[in-house]
This record gives sequence, structure tokens and C-alpha cells, in this order.
Amino acid sequence: MAKTATKQKIVAMTGNAGCALAMKQINPDVVAAYPITPQTTIVEEFANYVANGVVDTEYINVESEHSAMSACIGASAAGARVMTSTSSQGLALMWEELSIASSLRLPIVMQTVNRALSGPINIHCDHSDSMGARDMGWIHLFAETAQEAYDNTIMAIKIAEHKDVRLPVMSMHDGFITSHAIDRFEVLDDADVKKFVGDYMPKHSLLYNPNEPVTFGPFAMPAFYYEQRKQLRVAIDGSKDIVMKVTDDFAKLSGRQYGLFEEYRLDDADVAIVVLGSTAGTTRYVIDAMRAQGVKVGMLKLRVFRPFPAEEIAQALSKLKAVGVMDRSDTVGTLGGPVYVETKAALYNSKQRPAMQGYVYGLGGRDTGPDQIETVIGDLVKVVKGEESPREAVTLLGVKE
Amino acid sequence: MKWNIKDAEHWSWKKYPEGALILEGGNATYYKTGGWRTDKPAWDEKKCTQCLICWISCPDSSIIVKDEKWDSFDYDHCKGCGICAKVCPADAISMHPEGGEE
Amino acid sequence: MATIKELSRKPELLTGGHRLCAGCGASIAVRQVLLGANDQVIAGSATGCLEVSTTPYPFSAWKIPFIHNAFENSAATMSGVEAAYQSLVRRGKIEKKMKFVAFGGDGGTYDIGLQSLSGAMERGHDMVYVCYDNGAYMNTGIQRSGSTPFGAATTTSPAGKVRPGKPQQRKDLTQIMAAHDIPYVAQASISHWKDLVKKAEKAFSVDGPAFINVMAPCPRGWRTPNEMTIEISKIAVQTGFWPLYEVEDGEWKLNFKPKELKPITDFLKPQGRFRHLFKPGNEHLLETAQAEIDKNWSRLKKRCGVE
Repeated sequence: MAKTATKQKIVAMTGNAGCALAMKQINPDVVAAYPITPQTTIVEEFANYVANGVVDTEYINVESEHSAMSACIGASAAGARVMTSTSSQGLALMWEELSIASSLRLPIVMQTVNRALSGPINIHCDHSDSMGARDMGWIHLFAETAQEAYDNTIMAIKIAEHKDVRLPVMSMHDGFITSHAIDRFEVLDDADVKKFVGDYMPKHSLLYNPNEPVTFGPFAMPAFYYEQRKQLRVAIDGSKDIVMKVTDDFAKLSGRQYGLFEEYRLDDADVAIVVLGSTAGTTRYVIDAMRAQGVKVGMLKLRVFRPFPAEEIAQALSKLKAVGVMDRSDTVGTLGGPVYVETKAALYNSKQRPAMQGYVYGLGGRDTGPDQIETVIGDLVKVVKGEESPREAVTLLGVKE
Repeated sequence: MKWNIKDAEHWSWKKYPEGALILEGGNATYYKTGGWRTDKPAWDEKKCTQCLICWISCPDSSIIVKDEKWDSFDYDHCKGCGICAKVCPADAISMHPEGGEE
Repeated sequence: MATIKELSRKPELLTGGHRLCAGCGASIAVRQVLLGANDQVIAGSATGCLEVSTTPYPFSAWKIPFIHNAFENSAATMSGVEAAYQSLVRRGKIEKKMKFVAFGGDGGTYDIGLQSLSGAMERGHDMVYVCYDNGAYMNTGIQRSGSTPFGAATTTSPAGKVRPGKPQQRKDLTQIMAAHDIPYVAQASISHWKDLVKKAEKAFSVDGPAFINVMAPCPRGWRTPNEMTIEISKIAVQTGFWPLYEVEDGEWKLNFKPKELKPITDFLKPQGRFRHLFKPGNEHLLETAQAEIDKNWSRLKKRCGVE
């Protein structure tokens, strides 16, 4: 793969700077954004590109995240290629607009720098913000590293705007961990990105053909509403194939092949961890160490959370003996975190399925060290050996009891 | 654009434009609101001074003006509110119960 | 400005067949505003009577491109449309000259949408915002808003045994918008079509944001006969409840100067929502309403340099 890839530059920059760079290379028609920690440096960096004429994007300094998404919706319906970025409370304030963006089938791309939701107020990483928005009809991509955050941003444009998708995309990376740490990664040439994302021309818009006026956002009574929701379900389910098509096209350009998820040492594993975001890096390190001690452990790192690749996950995990699913957000009042609940559900109808345990970790930026991952693997090994029954209740790792 | 909305309330989800767009501007005219009327306006050509205040005051775009002259009521859409009769400075429009003698 | 005869030659941009109530002031306001546009217009509306009634799927009364997003963000949404226009023109993808107008009722403008409106105006988008003010949340069944007049009975400020309707005075949104120091702010009424169309024309022609607050009565909410919509708007102007004025580049101008204002009771009496104010023992409430009008009128005259 690397042989066919284009020439790239190796840079050392933060994940947020990488995302801003991707935005610069995409040079969207409109960006409407409101600053919030830890997303701030993306919109600041992009403002610099605007101020220096590096991009000619119309950059709207809105007065709130609600208006950010509202303006994005207006601009996207107008016919423009539109991007934004947010975190935590900002995403929560956009809530109402998220489902309007997807129901209008507007291909807005939003970098979401994951941060814990209040309260109490906290500025550090967990996934409660985007996980809270998981059912809003957006495609959700998760990045482990700055490289992936950069790459996903570029792919997100192509996925969102694809004629068979036309859905908004959220591209996530971990607040402060990925957003603010300087990482070494490869970046494409501006011209390659420009060519890859291509030109955007919507089928219908407010501005391109005003002589044949279209009405966006009508009032739908019960006779009409339900069919829209079905259409949305079909669109997001069907987007899985396009996500992979764009991902494969991107691999040809960059030499970096991604999937719906990454399987790490899963082939011959007895036990595995399912995780997403930056903790996958720590998990990989622990797996290597435990493999050296003879523990047959692997990892499934989820990249595409929406559409949830249930079938593929079931296939990848069904032959294992025990699986621990790690969520950096809790879904209080039910079985456990969303990744756990959905992974478990994905396997329910499999003839063969592993024992499964749910773990919540790292809420509000609590450090997640190798010891916590070792604990999970240790638990799973005990289940496999029959020393313990699979736990029904979710385990909160690293909390002070 | 002419957009066929026949039997729309029975459409399959496959038939809708993406995003529930309405593809024909002004197709509300296919929906007749004239049936809401209980009182019907009538126009007296002799009294009309062609000031067109009724036209600019109509909430339902139901006074038809052609070549700057009062032409007709659009009874398909007139809801019979009576504003035209009330604002007419020449008393050229009067309201009559729907279904009665005109 | 064009004469009414010349205006009558313009295409009808809001068609009949919408589901607004008989005698609704909102569609009259929209029609008169759109007559002030001389270029292609792109319109939007906040959630409310105007939006639900003009776009019940699969019907649209809008013969121009139209967008509804949500309740509180008509201004922000249209600011995005306008920004897209600027960008696409700059990039050579669009050539046609276009104008942008966002509509909202008083609920979507005075109250829940005020932040979005203030932000869009402050940012200087080349767009017009029109509030069709009927003084309550009419779409959801006549609940009080920041624009509801003192003493009015609404479903959330009913006239009861101890509370005689809305206890507060209304918010002066037009002056709040004037304080944004944008190129054009005006207050108009559907009863004064010439003044309104002229103001719309100015609003569309200025380079930058413009705001017009339009008196647009609601027969259901005001408890007035359907045919009285224009007449009661006129009385609103004549009593000083709804003065017609404009603020052009910071210059305040009173557009209608009666020698003497009619008493506010002329405005209140025909409306069922004020009926309780005329019961014996409530004379002081009518005095309070009149005192508020007098105070505001004298302040406005001073600002407009009128004696």
C-alpha cells in the first residue's frame, strides 16, 4: 500500500492543529463555530488561516453553539460545503439542531473534541458529549491519534457529501490527550487533499437554482413524518459501505488503511478488549506485555460508532471466550456504557458468543493507566478459567471507593 | 418545477425527496382553502376606484389584479375574512353568507 | 417607491392556499415586506404560525427558496445562508444578486430568538430580519410573550380574580435593535402599507443588517373579528401603542405624527383580551396603560427631535 501512496510530509503538531490543518486543506465554503475548551485551538488556528488569507472560507463567529449549528444548517442548505467544531456543553447546546441537520440530510462535518458533560463542570476527556448525541442521525468516527483525527476529517467530507449518504459526520478525538499533545504524523499535500475531496454540488439547494424554489424544513404531520425517519435509518445503515469505500480510496492515496474497526492480535485471542479513542494506545501496549506472558489477548478498536457495525463486530468477537468492553462514558440507569450495551446486543443472536463484561473508565479526564487495562484482562481470564462468573453489573475502573 | 404530489399521504418512504424537501414553490395553491369560507365577498365594479388597497391588504393573496386593474376574487383560496370589504374606502366590496343569494 | 399599481405587477411570492387563519396579519406582513424587494429573495422563518401554515408537507406557499430550521434561530440560520452566498459568489459559483430575509413572530424574536437575532445583527450579515408581532405565542395557543401588552389576558397570563392579565409592560424590541447601531431599523404596521413597503425597500437596499418590527394582529389571540385586522393595526398606530418610526444610520425619524394621540382605550376596547380591564374597579389599570403609552410617546418624540 505504501508504495502507491503519494508523497507526504511528517509533522509534529497537536491533534487540534492537525484538524485545523485538514480544514485548511479542505478550505470549506463556510465555517461557523463557537470556541469551547478543548476544541478552542482548532477554531483559533483556523481563524489564523482566514486572517492571513490562506483560506477564503466565510468564517462566521457566531454567538453560541446553537447558532453555530443553525448557521451551518442554513449554509449547507444554501449549497455550501460547511464545517464546524465543538466539545461537551457546546455539543449539548447544539442538541436540537443535530437532528435537524441529519433530517434535512445536510453533509455538515463537525470535529468533536470529546470532553465530559457537566456537572460538575469539567474540561477533560470523556465521551459523554458525543455519546449523548449518538442517536441523532450523524455518522460518528473516532480517532485514537492525531494522525487518525487528521485523516478522519478529510474522509468525513467525502463520506458526508457522497450522493448515497448526504448525512452529517462527527469526527471525534480525545480532549487534551489527542487534542493538545504534540504527536508525530504524516500530512498530505494540499493539492492531494483538494483533489481527494473534490467539488461539492448538492442536488437541491437554496441558492443554486432559485428559479425552481425549494422549501427546506417543512411541517410534517403524522401522515408524513414516519417515512422521513425510515429514510434516515436506511441512509445511515447504508452509509457503512460508503464509509468503507471512501476509507479504501483514502488508503490508496495515503497508504493508511483503516476499517470500521481495527482488530489487534484478535485472530488467536481467547479474551479481548473493545475500546475506542486514545485508550486504544494504552491497551495495545498492555496487550503486547501480556502476550509476552502468554495471555492470549487482543483488542477491537472501534473507529465507526455510527453506523454501528453490529454484524462485523459480532463476527469478529463471536469466537472469543470473554470480552471486556470499555466505555469512557456511563449510561446511568441502565446496564452500562453505550459501547458495551450495543456490543452485547450485537452478539445476542450469534450461535456462539463470548462472556461479556462492561467497564466504565476515565470519566472527567481521570487517568487510565496500564494497570486498569491489566485489571480488565485479569478479570476476563478469571471468567475464562471459570474462577468467576461474568459480571452483570458494570465496573467503574479507577474510581475511589 | 412541477412536482407530482398525487397520493402523497400514501407515499412509501422511498418516494420522498431526501430531507423531506418540498420541490415545487407555491404548490400550496393546489390546496383549496375556499371551503373555509362562511362569508363570501362580492365586488361592485361601479363603486370600485381601483385603489387596490384590498389587494395589498389580503392575507390570502386572493384578490387578482391584472394590468393594474381589479380583476377577480380567487374563491379557491379566499377564506372570507372580510378584510377587503372593511378596508375598501369606496364600499365596493360587500360580504354575503356563503351559499346564499349574491 | 413604486405606486400601488406598479407594485401590483410584481409576482406574488407568497401564494394563497396556506393554512393561516382567516384574517391573519402575518401573511399580510409577509406580502407587503416582499413587495419591497427588487432582487431575488431567499426567505426563512422561525417556527410559528407562519412556518407551519405555509409549509404543511407536501405544500409550500413560498414561490421563493425558503428554509425553516427551528424556533429560536431564524436569524442564525439566515446568517448561514447569507454567508454561504458571500462565499459562493467570491468563488465564482453564483452570480445572481440575492437578498435574504428571516421572519419570526414575537415569540421567536423578542424572547427565545433574541440572542440569535442580536448575534446575526452584530456580525453585520447583509440580511433583513422581520418580526411579525402579534403580541403572544399564538401558534401554541395564545401564551404571553415579552411583547404581550400590559393587562392582556393570554392562556398563561389569564385574567383571574387576583391577577388581571399580564402584569408586566411589554419589551421595546425595536429600540433594542436600534441600540445595535445597524444600518436600518424600523417599526411598521400592515395598516400603513405604503410606509411598510417603503421601509422594506430600504431594508433590502442597505448594505448590512436591517430589522423591521411589523404590527400584525391575530384575530384569535386578540379576540377581534377577522375583518378588523387592518383597522385595529391602524388604531394601534393612532393611539401611540405602535408608533411608526425608523432609525437610519443612527438618525431617528417619526413617520407618523398625529396632532393628538387617540386614547389607548380605543385600541383596548375592541379586543376581547382586554375586556376585563373595562370592568368597574379596574379603572386604574387603564390609567396605567395610558401612562405607559404617554411616557413612551414623549420619549420617542424626543429621540426623533419632534415637539
